[in-house]
Amino acid sequence: MLLAFSEAARLIVGFDPELVAIVVLSLQVSLSAVVIATVVGLPIGAMLAVGRFPGRQAVIALLNGLMGLPPVVVGLLIYLLLSRAGPLGALGMLFTPAAMVIAQSVLIAPIVAALSRQVIEDAWREYEEQLRSLGASLFSAALTLLWDTRFSLVTVVLAGFGRAAAEVGAVMIVGGNIDGVTRVMTTTIALETSKGDLPLALGLGIILIGLVLVVNAAAHLVKETAQRRYG
Amino acid sequence: MLPLVLDGVCFAAGGRAIIDRVSCEIGNGPRTVILGPNGAGKSVLMRLCHGLLQPTAGMITWNGRKNGRRPHDQAMVFQRPVMLRRSALANIIYGLKLAGVSRTECELRARDVLEVVGLAALADRPARVLSGGEQQRLALARAWALGPEVLFLDEPTANLDPNSTRDIESIISAIHATGTKIIMTTHNLGQARRLGDEILFLHDGRLVERALVGTFFAAPASAEAAQFIKGELPWQ
Repeated sequence: MLLAFSEAARLIVGFDPELVAIVVLSLQVSLSAVVIATVVGLPIGAMLAVGRFPGRQAVIALLNGLMGLPPVVVGLLIYLLLSRAGPLGALGMLFTPAAMVIAQSVLIAPIVAALSRQVIEDAWREYEEQLRSLGASLFSAALTLLWDTRFSLVTVVLAGFGRAAAEVGAVMIVGGNIDGVTRVMTTTIALETSKGDLPLALGLGIILIGLVLVVNAAAHLVKETAQRRYG
Repeated sequence: MLPLVLDGVCFAAGGRAIIDRVSCEIGNGPRTVILGPNGAGKSVLMRLCHGLLQPTAGMITWNGRKNGRRPHDQAMVFQRPVMLRRSALANIIYGLKLAGVSRTECELRARDVLEVVGLAALADRPARVLSGGEQQRLALARAWALGPEVLFLDEPTANLDPNSTRDIESIISAIHATGTKIIMTTHNLGQARRLGDEILFLHDGRLVERALVGTFFAAPASAEAAQFIKGELPWQ
């Protein structure tokens, strides 16, 4: 046990090439997914926050529900879409990092949309009369709110990143956990642990926890500093 | 765009009549103060006039035209100023841009109006960290920069200390002096006297009395107004 820890530490400190490659791929996949989820999720969140249309409440309830999507189910659905017999099978994307990006995007876009909807709607409640009085259209009001809640939205986006980086089920299914191709931190930890190769699993686990802590601390810091500086 | 004409205007929410058949004509010139106790419907009446709320019955017309509302012809300052998360200057520019003012003109006008309300030194400060009094002055500056024909003010000094109140009142007088029609609500009798030329007295959503300030305070025509004045100034 102690041996496993010291071996894990050696892998991290020594920048073990296998470990580094896995960490880099994990970051590439999850960051790409965050970018896509943000580009898709923020406009949806803003639109739901300021728009008034029939069925709005139902859409919000659905979106809130989608926040709790089980990663394995998302993985399964994307697998079915991308598998050779599936509708997008011709693209040959199954078991590639691109498939993993798609799966994680689907997983966290609802999180970004639902949480940003909440943040922006709270701000809208405060700003609505003033912005309407100044003659802002709903569209320009939405843009204003996105900008004015930017520090809270950073937290929202980072929450999405945390979820993407930590999930294992979806990337396992659509990525296939192929050595050197689609192996990320979480899937490697699952595999190596079951194989009994604890040092690599532990090393990755330590890095993953560190990453999540750093991201959350950064989010907190951004918000606090901004609050103090901009009110 | 004046006169502003209200014809049997009603506003109900949750089955309760908040504004009940208010009819009046508000013309250019005198500063109009809408006075009344809390819950009389002052703020709602002002929002109806400004177009933020739609009457549930009756009609509001500007110079004979229904829906004559053009945002840059009128502006409103709220009881609690809503500042955007950007600098004081940028807050004023924001309003001007929405009104379609050109970029270079925006900055000039914004700096001008900040100077006049005494906030030039704070132009680059984030608006939301300014004090309550400074924020309300900034809100007035943002409205004034638009050069509105009519300026609505909803209890503009309700949350402020006496010093800030004095600043705000003198800015309102200055805005009036440039030819802008002032329509404001207050429940502060001293302020109504200082700033008002005519009083619209509202009680339970009804327009009970309309009179020039001197007449209103010396000899209120309605029992409700008499009681309100007596209640607010029990030493008289």
